[in-house]
Amino acid sequence: MSDPMQPIVQPEEQRRYATLLEWSTRVGLLVLVLSFAAYLSGLMPSFVPMDRLPALWSLPVDQFLAATGMPTGWGWVALLRHGDVQGLAGIVILAGCSVPCLLALVPVYGARRERAFAALCLAEVAVLLLAASGLLSGGH
Amino acid sequence: MKSAGRAVMLGAGLLLLATQALAATSAPAAGAVPWWVWPLALFVVCFLMGIVAVPAGIGGGTLFVPIIGSFFPFHLDFVRGAGLLVALASALAAGPTLLRGGLGSLRLALPLAVLASASSIAGAMLGLAMPANLIQILLGTLVLGIVVLMLVSKKSELPLVPRPDALSQSLALHGVFLDGASGRVVNWQVHRTLTGLLVFLFIGVLAGMFGIGAGWANVPALNLLMGAPLKVSAGTSSLVLSLVDSSAAWVYINKGAVLPMIAVPSVVGMMLGAKIGARLLNVLKGSVIRRMVIGVLLFAGARALLKGTGIWP
Repeated sequence: MSDPMQPIVQPEEQRRYATLLEWSTRVGLLVLVLSFAAYLSGLMPSFVPMDRLPALWSLPVDQFLAATGMPTGWGWVALLRHGDVQGLAGIVILAGCSVPCLLALVPVYGARRERAFAALCLAEVAVLLLAASGLLSGGH
Repeated sequence: MKSAGRAVMLGAGLLLLATQALAATSAPAAGAVPWWVWPLALFVVCFLMGIVAVPAGIGGGTLFVPIIGSFFPFHLDFVRGAGLLVALASALAAGPTLLRGGLGSLRLALPLAVLASASSIAGAMLGLAMPANLIQILLGTLVLGIVVLMLVSKKSELPLVPRPDALSQSLALHGVFLDGASGRVVNWQVHRTLTGLLVFLFIGVLAGMFGIGAGWANVPALNLLMGAPLKVSAGTSSLVLSLVDSSAAWVYINKGAVLPMIAVPSVVGMMLGAKIGARLLNVLKGSVIRRMVIGVLLFAGARALLKGTGIWP
């Protein structure tokens, strides 16, 4: 056990990751809440009318997409003028906010010649980008 | 103290009553209920789940999928998509504090997360390709398994790791943190790294397939198998979850299985509830809350199993 009187400083990469993660999560949650509030207020038209939802949300996703014409992959970006689709923007920020945090660690590990950890960060980014790309698909 | 304890017990009781009431109305009468009742009920139930999840030492995502999937009219595809986001948002929000306090170790999380993230994509694709009743049966079985794990698993505050293995040594998987409860500075290291990596590969598949978060599996794997202190295990589990659930969530987003009307009230309700739960953490009897949550999970697990087999549709 070490001296509890000495302040413990966590490694530089851990502090850098924490700061970036904190801000990107805040932005994601803010966009999530604001876009959903705009959707509920009816300021923007809905792609799928709210009163149709109870008849649709009990369907498997493939049938839901067929009934609504909602696109898959990144097709939603073209529909951002719709309030319900805008709700996805905050969700996408939250799902993607680890990528810049991981990329910011690569130079830190590189400067310390910790090639294994720089490679692990890049591998994790590659996995996340592959998942986000929509190239992989599964379905009923 | 007593009033806080009563408040949370009341919360857990209300959660149970709310789910029972919803179970009575969800299937046949869903069409007769105004549409906005469901997102509102979802927010309230998630708020209550958030309150009880923290003192019970269980991730909100673990409660979310079995309870919402069993008692709300939403298809399990959308429930799992929202469940991943609930677990992801909670893990992201907790991450910075855990990292700064040394309770979450980025060094330990990274190798485990790379494997678990990749396998969670496969799990998510597999889950979306399976028929809903099969997923319900598997989910029910898994939830009842989690209940057994909660009842029988032991925890080790500071496991003894006499010597780190070669892989752990070469990756320098060790760290230090100040234990707020004892005031001691704790140095830690891990062993059985290769086995741990393989276990996380399997945990990733489950996380993606069921959208259930995986703190219930991460913590025992890090603590009992790899020998990380309990607090470091819980903190690092949250970091691993933030990466694993991100990759699985992308599969659900790209497949169109994330509905903002279901996901946003769930995320906001759970996070607000968790804030209250975290404040009550020090004044509550965790064991009492844990028993109540086990009761709710037993009920939800049995319900999922019966729903999947068609006995209680």
